[in-house]
Amino acid sequence: MQRSFFLPVLTLVIALVFAVKLVQLQLVNTFYSSLSQNNAVVERALYPERGFIYDRNGALLVTNKPSYDLMVIPENLTEFDTLELLHLIQLGKDEFENRLRKAKKYSRKLPTTIVSALSQETHAVLQEKIWKHQGFYLQKKSVRDYRKPIAANVLGYVSEVNNNDLKKDPYYQKGELIGRQGIEKYYEKYLRGIKGKEFLQKDKFNRIIGSYEGGSFDVPPIQANDIILTLDETLQEYGEHLMQNKRGGIVALEPSSGEILALVSAPSYDPAILVGRKRSANYRELSLDTLAKPLFDRGLQAQYAPGSPFKVLNALIALQEDVLNPKTQFRCNKGHFYARGAFMECHCPLRTKNNLTQAIYKSCNSYFSKTYKGIIEAFDTPQEGIERWKKHLQSFGLGNYLGYDLAVGKPGYIPGADYYNRAYGEKGWKAPTIISNAIGQGEILTTPIQMANFTAAIANRGYYVKPHFMKEIRGDSEMGKYEKKQTTIDSVHFETVVDGMHKVVEYGTARIARIKGIEVCGKTGTVENFMLLNGKKQQLTDHSMFIAFAPKENPQIALAVFVENGYWGARWAAPIASLMIEKYLNKEVKRRWLENRIVNGSLLEEYNKPFSGKPFKINQ
Amino acid sequence: MNESVIARVDWVSLLLYCLLVCFGLANIYSATYIEGSNSLMSLSDPAGKQLFFALLSLLTGGFLLALRVKFFEQFTQPAYLTALVLLLGLFVFGKTISGARSWYVFGGIQLQPAEFSKLATALMLAKIISQFQTNLKNFRSLAKVAAIVIIPALLIVIQPDPGSALVFGAFFFVLFREGLNYLFLVVLGSALLVFILTLLFEIPIVITLIIVLLSLIYFLLKRLKYKPKLMPFILFGVLASGFTFSVDFIFNDVFEQRHRDRFNIILGKEVDTQGIGYNINQSKIAIGSGGFQGKGFLKGTQTKGDFVPEQHTDYIFSTIGEEWGFLGSFFVVLCFAALIIRIQYQAEKQTSQFRRVFCYSLSSILFVHFLINIGMSLGMIPTIGIPLLFVSYGGSSLLATSMMFFIYLNMDANRLRDW
Repeated sequence: MQRSFFLPVLTLVIALVFAVKLVQLQLVNTFYSSLSQNNAVVERALYPERGFIYDRNGALLVTNKPSYDLMVIPENLTEFDTLELLHLIQLGKDEFENRLRKAKKYSRKLPTTIVSALSQETHAVLQEKIWKHQGFYLQKKSVRDYRKPIAANVLGYVSEVNNNDLKKDPYYQKGELIGRQGIEKYYEKYLRGIKGKEFLQKDKFNRIIGSYEGGSFDVPPIQANDIILTLDETLQEYGEHLMQNKRGGIVALEPSSGEILALVSAPSYDPAILVGRKRSANYRELSLDTLAKPLFDRGLQAQYAPGSPFKVLNALIALQEDVLNPKTQFRCNKGHFYARGAFMECHCPLRTKNNLTQAIYKSCNSYFSKTYKGIIEAFDTPQEGIERWKKHLQSFGLGNYLGYDLAVGKPGYIPGADYYNRAYGEKGWKAPTIISNAIGQGEILTTPIQMANFTAAIANRGYYVKPHFMKEIRGDSEMGKYEKKQTTIDSVHFETVVDGMHKVVEYGTARIARIKGIEVCGKTGTVENFMLLNGKKQQLTDHSMFIAFAPKENPQIALAVFVENGYWGARWAAPIASLMIEKYLNKEVKRRWLENRIVNGSLLEEYNKPFSGKPFKINQ
Repeated sequence: MNESVIARVDWVSLLLYCLLVCFGLANIYSATYIEGSNSLMSLSDPAGKQLFFALLSLLTGGFLLALRVKFFEQFTQPAYLTALVLLLGLFVFGKTISGARSWYVFGGIQLQPAEFSKLATALMLAKIISQFQTNLKNFRSLAKVAAIVIIPALLIVIQPDPGSALVFGAFFFVLFREGLNYLFLVVLGSALLVFILTLLFEIPIVITLIIVLLSLIYFLLKRLKYKPKLMPFILFGVLASGFTFSVDFIFNDVFEQRHRDRFNIILGKEVDTQGIGYNINQSKIAIGSGGFQGKGFLKGTQTKGDFVPEQHTDYIFSTIGEEWGFLGSFFVVLCFAALIIRIQYQAEKQTSQFRRVFCYSLSSILFVHFLINIGMSLGMIPTIGIPLLFVSYGGSSLLATSMMFFIYLNMDANRLRDW
C-alpha cells in the first residue's frame, strides 16, 4: 500500500462514520426530535435546609423558618397589570422598574429576586394571583430563626450574597444566602450543605410539565450539618443580662478543654433583627452607632492594657527565671523610687514588707516593679531580658492571634527589644524606662479572650487548650481534637501564684467575689485609659477588670471580665465574674442583692460625659 | 505561462474554503443571536468580530498570494523563532482566560499565539525534512524533527491548553507520509487500542486480550508461511502490558476527575446522574432535533435557549445540526472531507519536498480538527476543546489557518514556477 493513500483513506472513513452517526441521530432516531418539539428545560436549584445550631447542653439556638421571595425571569415577562402587583408588594413604580431593569441586566434567563422575605399576609394574597403575572413566581426559602435574643456576636448572621461573593466563589448565585459573621461565616460550608439541582421540562406554554429525562440529570442536595457549640445558653444569657447598660465583655472558658462557655460583648443586639426585609435598615443603624459599637465584639476585638492581672504573669516568669522564690520579700513605702527622682505610688501603707502571696492579694505595685526589674536585669542586656520575658508571655498566647474559630479578632501586643530600640535607641533604655510593663500598663495590649486564656492556663497549672466554639459537627467525626499547649513555666511555680489569687478573693482586693462553698481565685485590675477628645489626650475613668477561675482545685470555669470606665476592678468586674461563677457552678444565684445591684447599675451617664461638652470629673 | 495567479489558483479549494467560512459566520451569528441587540457591524459581538477577521484573512491571503514561494523558505526560521518567543512571552505578558494563559490582549482584540505556532511549525518541519541530509530512517534526523514539533507543543501544554497541543499530533501523518517507519504506526495504533481497552476493562482482562491477540497474529503469520520470530512478539506483549498498567495509573492518579468523567461518559462506562454529561447530551439533542431539514436559520430552540455551552466556538456543529438539519451537517462534513483530500491530492503533485510537506501539514491539521471537533459534538470522542477550523468562532484560529491556506494556494498555483 502506498503511504500517500493513508490519510485520504482515513479521512473518507471518518467522514463516512460521521455521516452514519448523523443519519442515526437526525433521521432514524425519533427520540431526540420528539424531545425537540419544545424542548425548553429549566434548571432549578434545590437547597438543603441550613444546619441548626445548638448549645453545649443541646438547647436549640438557631433554626429555620419559611419565607417567600417574589422572583422574576425577565425572558418570560409579558405585558401585565403592574398596578395590582405593585399594590400587593407595596413597592413604588420607579423602584419596581429599576429592579426589573437590573434583573434584565443580570440575566434574561436566570431568576432574580424582586422582593425578598414577603410578609405572611402578602404571600397569602399573592399566591392566589401570581398566575396572572407571567414571568413572576414565588420561591419558598428558609430564613434563620433565633430562639433567644442572645449571642449575636458569636452566631453572626446570614445575608444575601453580594457581587463580591459571586466573583469569589462560583458556588453562589444571585439571591442566595451566605454566612456573614461569626459561626455562620466560619462554618458556612457545613451549615449550608451543598445545593443540588433539578432539570424540569416545560411545554410550549412555558408550564412545567415534569422532570426532564426522568430526573436522570438531577443532582440531589447534600444535607447540611447541625452544629453543637461549646456555649452554655444559660450562662451566655445571664452574662448579657448582667452587662446591660454597660460596655465591655465577658469571656468564660472551661480551662481543661478550652471550650468557650460564654462570650458576651456589651452592648449587643438581637440577632433576629438581621433577618428579613428590615435587615439592611437595621444593619445600617447598628453600624452607624460609632460610640456604643454594637457590632464590635469587645471580647475578641477590644485591645486594652491588661492592668494588675498582668502582675501574676510577671510573678510566674520571675519564679521560672529564679528572680524570685515564694519567700522573697520586698519593702513598700506607699510606693518606691524605681529610679532617681521617679516614684511609683502604691496603696500599701508605709514600711510594709510583702512576700509574693501578700503582694498578689494586696496588688502591691512596688513589689512587682522590683520583680520586673529583676527579670529584665537578670541578663547581660535589657534587650536579652525583655526578649526572654516576651517569649514566656507568648507561650501564654499573648501578642498574637489565638486561632479560635471566629473570623474576627486582634493580636494584642507584647513589646520586645525591637520596639524599645526604635523608641529610645539601643543604649537609651533600661528596666526603669519600661517599668509600666510590670503592672500591666505601658505598651502591652491584650484582648479579653487572651486574658481569659491565660487565666485558664494558670488554672491548669501550666497549659492551655486553644479556645474554641465548636464542640461537634453532627456527621463529621474529625472535629473536636485540640491539643494541649504547654507554657514555658514549670507547673511547680503555679501553686504560689494560685494561692495568692485565692487570697485576693478571701481577704484581698476582691472580697466581694467570695462565694460560699466555692474556692474562687481571681485578680482585680483597674486600668488607666485615655481618649482623644477634640484633638487633646483626655484621661477617662479607669476600666474595671477582673480575671478569675473556680474552684481552686480542678477548675471548671475561667473568665475575664472587662467593664469600660467602671473604675475599681472590685466595683463591677469582680462581682460580675463572681455571679457568673455562681450561676455556672451552682446553677442558681443566691446573692440576689448583688445581682440586683449589677443588673440595675448603669454606666451610660459615665459614657456620655466626654460628649456632653461640659467639663467632667473622672474616677468618682 | 504568463497568466496571473488568479487563473492558476486552485478554485476548488478556494470555493470550499469560502463556503465553510461563510457558513460558519451565519451560524456564529445565530448561536449568539439575541433578539434586538445584535449587529454584524459591531466589533463587540462575536459575529461582528468574526466578520472582521474573515475580511482580514482575505486581505492577508491576497497579500500572501502575491509573494514568491522562495520568500516562505527564507522566512521559515525567523517565523519559527518568533512563534517560540511569543509562546514563551505568554508566561509573562499573557492573559488568563478560563484557566489557560494563552492569550495576548490588545485593546478589544485577543490573539492566541498557539494558532500561529502551527503555521510556523509546519514551515519549519517542511524546511528540515526537505534538507537533503535529512533521512527519517536515521535517528539523528528523527530526533531533530521530533524536537521541532514537540517544543511548541510542550509550551502550549503548560499554558495549559492540552487541546491545542494535541493538534500537533497532526504532524505524525506528515512524517508518516515522508517515510517514517511503519513500526511507529503500529505502535501508535496499538497504544490507542490498549488505551481504550484499559479504560473499558479491568487490567487482567486487558492483558489476557493482548496475549490472545498477539498469539493469534503469530500463528496466523506462521500459517501463511512468513516464519515470524517469537522474540519481538514477546517483547511487544510485555511492553503492551506495561503500558496498560501505566495507563491505569495515569487515568486514576494523574487525571483529574473531570478528565476521567469525559472518557467514562463516551465509553458508556458511567451512568451519568451527576449532570456532567449534560453538555454532550444537549449537543446531541440539538443535532438530533434538527431532523432532515433543520429548524431554519435563527429558529433553533436549543440554540436560542443557551442549552449547549460554548456553542459558537467548540460546539458550533450543534448549531448547524439543529438549524440546518441533516442536509446542513452532512454538507459541512462533505465540504471538510473534500477540502482535506483535495489539498492532499494537490500536495502529491508537488515536486518540491518543502512545498509538499507544508501542504500536507495543512491538510493533516485540518483533519485532526475535523475528527476531534465533530466527533465530540456527536458524542463519539471525549470533550476536547478545539474549534472546527474556518467554521468556529475564533479570530486567531481563522486568521492563522487562512494564512496557511493561502500559502498553500500560492505554492499550488506556482507549482511549476518560482524556483
